[in-house]
Amino acid sequence: MKIHEYQGKEILRKYGVTTPRGIPCFSVDEAVAAAASLGGKVWVVKAQIHAGGRGKGGGVKVAKSPEEVRQYAGAILGMQLKTHQTGPEGQKVRRLLVEEGADIKKELYVGMVVDRVTQRVCLMASSEGGMDIEEVAAHTPEKIHKVFIDPASGLTDAEADDIARKIGVPEASVGQARVILQGLYNAFWDTDASLAEINPLIVTGSGGVIALDCKLNFDSNALFRHPDIVAMRDLDEEDPAEIEASKFDLSYISLDGNIGCLVNGAGLAMATMDTIKLFGAEPANFLDVGGGATTEKVTEAFKIMLKNPKVKGILVNIFGGIMKCDTIAEGVVAAAKEVHLSVPLVVRMRGTNEDLGKKILKDSGLPIISANTMAEAAERMVAAIAGK
Amino acid sequence: MSILINKNTRVVTQGITGKTGQFHTRMCREYANGKNCFVAGVNPKKAGEDFEGIPIYGSVKDAKQQAGVNVSVIYVPPPFAAAAIWEAVDADLDLVICITEGIPVRDMIEVKERMRKQNKKTVLVGPNCPGVITPDEIKIGIMPGHIHKKGRIGVVSRSGTLTYEAVGQLMDLGLGQSSCVGIGGDPVNGLKHIDVLRMFNDDPETDAVIMVGEIGGSDEETAAEWVKANMKKPVVGFIAGVTAPSGKRMGHAGAIISGGKGTAQEKLAVMEACGIKVTKNPSEMGRLLKTVL
Repeated sequence: MKIHEYQGKEILRKYGVTTPRGIPCFSVDEAVAAAASLGGKVWVVKAQIHAGGRGKGGGVKVAKSPEEVRQYAGAILGMQLKTHQTGPEGQKVRRLLVEEGADIKKELYVGMVVDRVTQRVCLMASSEGGMDIEEVAAHTPEKIHKVFIDPASGLTDAEADDIARKIGVPEASVGQARVILQGLYNAFWDTDASLAEINPLIVTGSGGVIALDCKLNFDSNALFRHPDIVAMRDLDEEDPAEIEASKFDLSYISLDGNIGCLVNGAGLAMATMDTIKLFGAEPANFLDVGGGATTEKVTEAFKIMLKNPKVKGILVNIFGGIMKCDTIAEGVVAAAKEVHLSVPLVVRMRGTNEDLGKKILKDSGLPIISANTMAEAAERMVAAIAGK
Repeated sequence: MSILINKNTRVVTQGITGKTGQFHTRMCREYANGKNCFVAGVNPKKAGEDFEGIPIYGSVKDAKQQAGVNVSVIYVPPPFAAAAIWEAVDADLDLVICITEGIPVRDMIEVKERMRKQNKKTVLVGPNCPGVITPDEIKIGIMPGHIHKKGRIGVVSRSGTLTYEAVGQLMDLGLGQSSCVGIGGDPVNGLKHIDVLRMFNDDPETDAVIMVGEIGGSDEETAAEWVKANMKKPVVGFIAGVTAPSGKRMGHAGAIISGGKGTAQEKLAVMEACGIKVTKNPSEMGRLLKTVL
């Protein structure tokens, strides 16, 4: 699960991380009032969306007067902000963060992820702040420093100080950097984060160390123990189809193609998408109906896929194990009837009660195209939408 | 022979009193030698009772002492599953197979760290996996037993139904399996591809291996490098997720391309460079395997 920058900063502040003072705003008037309440002469007006790259997309502006705050807030609020992470249609800006300006002398990078090889939390830090860390990793990997943190001891003083020095924090500010690095780790651990980033972490003209930005993602498997974080969820930032699917315990992700696919199991679902591509078409979605697919779930899955106007055909691929093919076949027939399916439907079934399932499909009177393998299913799907 | 489990394995089920645990314990007991293998369950509140004749013990240690179990299978719900893993490890069982999906990553980091620090010898498979089967001897997990038969092909995979797909293709060609191991789709887990390949390499009854991977992490690449240097038997592979977009979790917690790393293309390229025959067509896994025999 993702949250906004201002929410992430609220969490980090609880762990002793210094951030600029700021106020989240939902309207232009609120933004102007926020600037007045913060005081000072320079403010930063920042679009709050879940995607990164906001600055390059025009979603972050430095205002030098209350009039400029009003002007920028008006321009940013409601805009379709396009970044490399939003896709071409962009994401509508509904929230702003107005912050006091900062005197940036140095921009650094600090991030945390779970490292799959060492099976520990990895702190990554670099002197190249403000940049895309992936680019730093690709071009100057020697500038990224890593610590794999022992969960029993946490990030030690020595480790934190060492990293701070390596990324160029001035000696007088190392103590402040330590507080921030340890605070970030403690926040990461306590909140079951899956990703944490401060980019940039800045050193100011007077030697202060401040988290100028903040990105936090959380392990969705651990949200049951964090109701406070669940409360920060912003459904406006999520795909409505994915939200709808999650209500029915369906794992769904929208893609750009035109073949809807419904599969049991995540690995098989990806393999099915790959097969569709292999035969010259593109999948419209990833959809795993899971182990206990009922008629209701299959019907909802059909409805969700068909809400996408790009969908020109549906491919169902089931390997029946514990879930029986006849149960799925009944669900598919009921779903196709309920939604008055008007696009071609190809069904491939294998495994438990395969013959029974195929018979149900055949006897349904619906124009269902049957296939024996994934490849055959994809081939027939592509032919069907081409009108062959 | 086979790897990890055989007809002499004695299993304790953790979570035997839950709906999932009961259903799959029944299915496992009905499979091949299951009646002799599934000899114990654990639930501290129901010690002394039984599940359809399988005695329930108060702890894994009790089950080990009194029923002689050496392997555990876990169906405990996610919030308690890591503690269940530790209980089995702490009882020094040979093998723990954790089926549970949805365990917080932090819990897995903690339990794996403890296993390393205390130098525990227990092998962990999973979590979030279908389990392990040695066809016609024993199945421990949720895979459908009837699609398998005994033979000489090893299967190792991060996925459930995609493993069944590979097995189904082998069966169409008349090829049975020595053992099939689902290592699971979580980012922090037990056995990895490399570990299972090592075991298949040492198993005199395995002739060749199908390795099924997916996007996320670099385990397949690590395994491929090992294969290049050490594997005496042919390995064929498929990686799911060529069409998966970056930054989106594809169902499995560990199936995510992050920072441009962990793509299917990258994995396929490394595997191929290491002498593993790969296919981009998941319907061809079985046929590809047959070409290397």
